[in-house]
Amino acid sequence: MAHVSIRDVRKSFGSVSIIKGVDIDILDGEFVILVGPSGCGKSTLLRMIAGLEDITAGEIRIGSRIVNDVPPKDRDIAMVFQSYALYPHMTVAENMGFSLKLKGMPQVEQKKRVGDAAASLGLTPLLDRYPRQLSGGQRQRVAMGRAIVRDPQVFLFDEPLSNLDAKLRVAMRAEIKELHQRLKTTTIYVTHDQIEAMTMADKIVVMHDGTVEQIGAPLELYDRPANRFVAGFIGSPAMNFIEGCLEQDGLALPSGTVLPVEAQLPVARGSKLTCGIRPEHLQIAPPGTPGSIPATVAVVEPTGADTTLIVKAEGGHLTAVLRERSTLRPGEAVALKPAAHQAHLFDEQGGRIAAA
Amino acid sequence: MTALANSSSSRQPISFAFLAQVILIANSFIMLYPVVVMVLSAFKTTGEIFEHPFALPDFTQVGNFAKVLGETAMPTYFVNSIIVTGISIVLILVLGTMAGYAVARYESRTNTFILLFFLAGLMLPLKLAVIPLFILLRDLNLLDSHWSLIVTYTAIGLPSAVFIMAGFLRSLPAELEDAARIDGASEPRIMWSVMLPLARPPMAIAAIQNAVPIWNDFFFPLVFIQTDAYKTLPQGLTTFMGEYTTDWGMLFAGLTIAAAPITLLYIALSRQFIQGMTAGAVK
Repeated sequence: MAHVSIRDVRKSFGSVSIIKGVDIDILDGEFVILVGPSGCGKSTLLRMIAGLEDITAGEIRIGSRIVNDVPPKDRDIAMVFQSYALYPHMTVAENMGFSLKLKGMPQVEQKKRVGDAAASLGLTPLLDRYPRQLSGGQRQRVAMGRAIVRDPQVFLFDEPLSNLDAKLRVAMRAEIKELHQRLKTTTIYVTHDQIEAMTMADKIVVMHDGTVEQIGAPLELYDRPANRFVAGFIGSPAMNFIEGCLEQDGLALPSGTVLPVEAQLPVARGSKLTCGIRPEHLQIAPPGTPGSIPATVAVVEPTGADTTLIVKAEGGHLTAVLRERSTLRPGEAVALKPAAHQAHLFDEQGGRIAAA
Repeated sequence: MTALANSSSSRQPISFAFLAQVILIANSFIMLYPVVVMVLSAFKTTGEIFEHPFALPDFTQVGNFAKVLGETAMPTYFVNSIIVTGISIVLILVLGTMAGYAVARYESRTNTFILLFFLAGLMLPLKLAVIPLFILLRDLNLLDSHWSLIVTYTAIGLPSAVFIMAGFLRSLPAELEDAARIDGASEPRIMWSVMLPLARPPMAIAAIQNAVPIWNDFFFPLVFIQTDAYKTLPQGLTTFMGEYTTDWGMLFAGLTIAAAPITLLYIALSRQFIQGMTAGAVK
C-alpha cells in the first residue's frame, strides 16, 4: 500500500493540452474516484499514473518514489480496464497467473495465489474456462482477480462497470467497495458516472477540461459545490439553475419571485447571479404563495420511491423531486417554493459566492 | 386472402434459393471435374484413358504410382518442392508478421511509408523483372540452388503477408497490450505470448495464400534451375511429357501426388482460413 501524489502534472499531444496542471494527494488506503464528463482528461491521467502515457511535465509519486520514468511493470500497480482486456486465448487461471508467471514465481506459489484470489471472488469453478465462455459480470470479476493476485500497492480502475447492465453495475459496485474494505489497497477509480462516484468514493476528484474543479468527500461536494460546474455535475437529477439579479431585498428571478439572500454578500447590488437549487429542495405550494415560483407541470415521472416533476417556469425548465406521491397532471399550474437556506449562489464566472 | 398473400411472398425466396443452389452445384461440378478426372486417370493405363475416359477405374491397379515413385526422379522433385515451399512460407510468416506487427502496433512517422512500400510490392509482378533478377542471383552465386527460389518466393510473398498481418493486428484492442505491459511483459513477450496466439487465422490465410502459388510455380524453377536434383514438382512433371509419346497414366499419377499435399494443407487450415476471412463481419 502506498500514497500517491500528483504534482502539477501536465500532458499535451503536440500543441493540444489535455491535462493542464493537476495536483492531487491520495492517502494510503484511500478510495479516490476521478469523475468528469468525457474528454475531461480523467482516463489520460489514470494512464499516466499507470505509466501507459508519458508525462509532459510535473511529477507523480507512488510511495516515496518518483515514477515519471519508471515503466508500468515496475510501478507495482494493477489496472482493470473498461473492456477487461482479458487474454482471449488463456483460461481464467492463466489470465490471473500471467503476471506471476512473468515474474518467475514458482508454480506452486502461483497456483496458491490464483486459487486464493479466485476463491475470494467466487471464481473457483470457472478457472478452466476461457473468457469467451464467461458472462460480462464474470469477466469483470476475472479482471479484478488478475489485479488482486499481484498484491499491488495501488489499484487502478478505468471505467470498469460501464460495459455492464444497470442491475449488474449496482451489484458490482458493492462488490468492488467491499473488496476495497477488505484489502485496504489504495485505489484510483475513473468513471463518468457521478452515482458511482458518490456511492463508492472516500474522496472524489471532479475534473473538467484538463483541470481539477474540486476535491472532497462525496457529501461535501454535494452540499458545498465549489462552482457551477461541480454543482451541475454532481447530483441526479441535476441541480436547477435560475439566472437572477441581486436587488435590495434579495435575488430577483425572471418570474418576479424574490429569493431572500444573506445580508452580507461580497458582490454589488445589481449584479447578475445564478441561483442553484437541488430538485429535492423545491416543494409544491399552492399557486400564489409568496416567495414561490409559478410554473406549469410538463412531465410527471413516478419512480415508486419518489416522484420527479419537470415543470415549465419563466426562464426555463425546473426539476423537483417529491417524496410523496403526486396526483399532478401535465398542464396543471403549480408553484414551487425553494426550501429556506438551501440555494447556492454563483457569480457570472460560475464561482461559488455563498448559500442563500 | 392472407394465406394467399403469405404463400406468394414465401414462394419467391424459395425459387431464388433454388436458383442459387443450381448455380452453386454447377460451379462445384465444373471445379471438381478436372480433379476427379485427374485422380481417376491416375489409375488407368494410357490406353484405357482414351478408350473409356469416363469409366471408373480399377482402384487396385496402382502401377502408375509405383512407376512414378520407383522409376522416375519424382521423389526428389517432391522433397525439393517441400523444402522450397516450407522454408519460403516459414520466412514469409516470420518476417511478414514481424513487419506487420511493427507497422500496426508502433506509432512512427515512417510507418505509412513502410506499409506503402510493401503494398507497392503487391502491384509489381516480379516476372517482369526476371532478367535483372537472374543477373542478381547469378552475381550472388545462388543460381541453380534451392535458395534462388526461396529468396524469390519470400520476396514475392512478403507484401501480401505484411498487408494481411498489419490489417489484422491493427484490429486487436490496444488495451490487451496495455494489460500485458502492466502485467510485466516485455515488448517481444507481448508479441509472442499475447498477440501472435490471436493472430493465427490471418497467419493461416497468409500461409495458404502463398503456399499454393509457390507449390505450383513453374516459371521461376524453369528459369533458375538446371540441375535435375534441384527441380521442383511442376518442372519435374514436364519430363513425363515425351517429344513423341506421353505416358498419360503416369503423368496423372504424378499430378495426383503433386496436388495431394497442398490439398491436405488447405483442408487442414480451411477452418482458420474461413474464420479469418469472415473475421469482423459479425462481432
